[in-house]
Amino acid sequence: MTPLLETTTTRANPQIDPSLHTWGWEIVIYLFLGGIAAGILVLTAFLELTRPDKPRSRAMRWMPLVALALLSVGMLALWLDLAHRFWAWRFYATWKVTSPMSWGAWILVLLYPTGLLLWLGSLEDGERSWLRGKSPAAGKSLLEWLIRLSDRRRGTILKLGLVLGIGLGIYTGMLLGTMPSRLAWNSALMGPLFLASGISTGAALLLLQKLDRGEREILVRWDALAMTVELFLIALMLTGWATSGAAGRFAAHGFLGGPYTAVFWSLVVILGLLVPLAIDAIEARRHLAFVAIGPVLILCGGLALRWVLLAAGQASAFRLLP
Amino acid sequence: MSAAAKRYVMTVDTRLCVGCKACVLACKAENAVPDGFCRDWIVEDVRGEFPRLSAEIRSERCNHCTAAPCVKNCPTGASHVNEGGVVLVTHNKCSGCKACIAACPYDARFVHPAGYVDKCTFCLHRVRKGLQPACVSVCPTGTLVFGDAGDPSSEVRQKLDTRRSKVNHPESGAGPNVYFLT
Repeated sequence: MTPLLETTTTRANPQIDPSLHTWGWEIVIYLFLGGIAAGILVLTAFLELTRPDKPRSRAMRWMPLVALALLSVGMLALWLDLAHRFWAWRFYATWKVTSPMSWGAWILVLLYPTGLLLWLGSLEDGERSWLRGKSPAAGKSLLEWLIRLSDRRRGTILKLGLVLGIGLGIYTGMLLGTMPSRLAWNSALMGPLFLASGISTGAALLLLQKLDRGEREILVRWDALAMTVELFLIALMLTGWATSGAAGRFAAHGFLGGPYTAVFWSLVVILGLLVPLAIDAIEARRHLAFVAIGPVLILCGGLALRWVLLAAGQASAFRLLP
Repeated sequence: MSAAAKRYVMTVDTRLCVGCKACVLACKAENAVPDGFCRDWIVEDVRGEFPRLSAEIRSERCNHCTAAPCVKNCPTGASHVNEGGVVLVTHNKCSGCKACIAACPYDARFVHPAGYVDKCTFCLHRVRKGLQPACVSVCPTGTLVFGDAGDPSSEVRQKLDTRRSKVNHPESGAGPNVYFLT
């Protein structure tokens, strides 16, 4: 029998003790909105690359711009989380290969012009005329140049949007997954899991808009596929942890009987994934009209996934191992 | 031996430490550590059931790891490896993103109220002047020994060669450089 062990420490650093809680709601919001933005960019770019025509619905045409707006809100939250906000520009004074956060900072910089060109290239003539009318005189020539570029290089921009969207989605998970110090983050599946969640939440937000029928059918299928992959990745991640050493078993325990079990299974898995998948299946089988409850649940589940994982990871450390 | 080849380490003799906290206070005074924070601390493990008990007291701090996860995860290069393998934070490069805090297996870092991330520096500013780190210089029982593990004649090297030692959480893979003599 293991002898009883009582540990006392004089350390009581704020945000560190009794267990780490240095990243709060700001990071949850960023990871959530960043995931949605990644999902929207991946889906809009992929849909157009695999179909001969441009987006038919107004919502699909304007969504790349919405993605950038959501990303900006997320980045504002990220900036608010910085303890030394004035030095935020230091992210762009270097590129650190070993730091996923550094990769993310540069992906974000590349995403803005790409998303902008993706949006401009999607617009119909009437919308472009409206935009020209709104543009200040000094910016007219720049706007014309951007529109020409967005048309001329459409294929390249779509491919770039797809790659950067995938990069954004994966990096938000990799950021957590590459830290061995946090047992309930340390999984290579964290990147693909966040990407799959980003695609499903991005699709959910698109599905809440007024879409063309063909677009809706494709997005419903992609949403269901992303959620199925997400469930599969969650199962793999938990199985990987549960069948590994002490650190992995500690990580798995948090979701399989430990303090995060109830919120994880109820909010993330059941309400956020299984119920929307069931609604999708019922709608398809009974040929029912689309209801918004599925996408709303997916969005809530995506937010809960980030919240639960962020909290569980911070509360896991080698010093807490039995 | 050249400065580049130095490998600064610390040994903590758990048979001598009485947990007096002189190291903690000396560090706070030397480094102007703000109220409510500490760069080093005392951990006391008590095993067994009364009256069959054993206790181990450790003075802990940043481990100045050889494969420091904080340095790898720092996106701005503020956390870096300095002279003798000492891990430091350049204050005016630190954005306070806290990736290093999350990456540290020892939870040895904290956000200084001024905004940058702070932690033990092995008192490199004193070491460069030929002095011992503040915690070592005040330790009344001789628990703490600091020096260059690459120098065969150093006291710290001799302690490591002649005593049994352990490190905290070797399973982290970070390669910590604070050794606990048992």
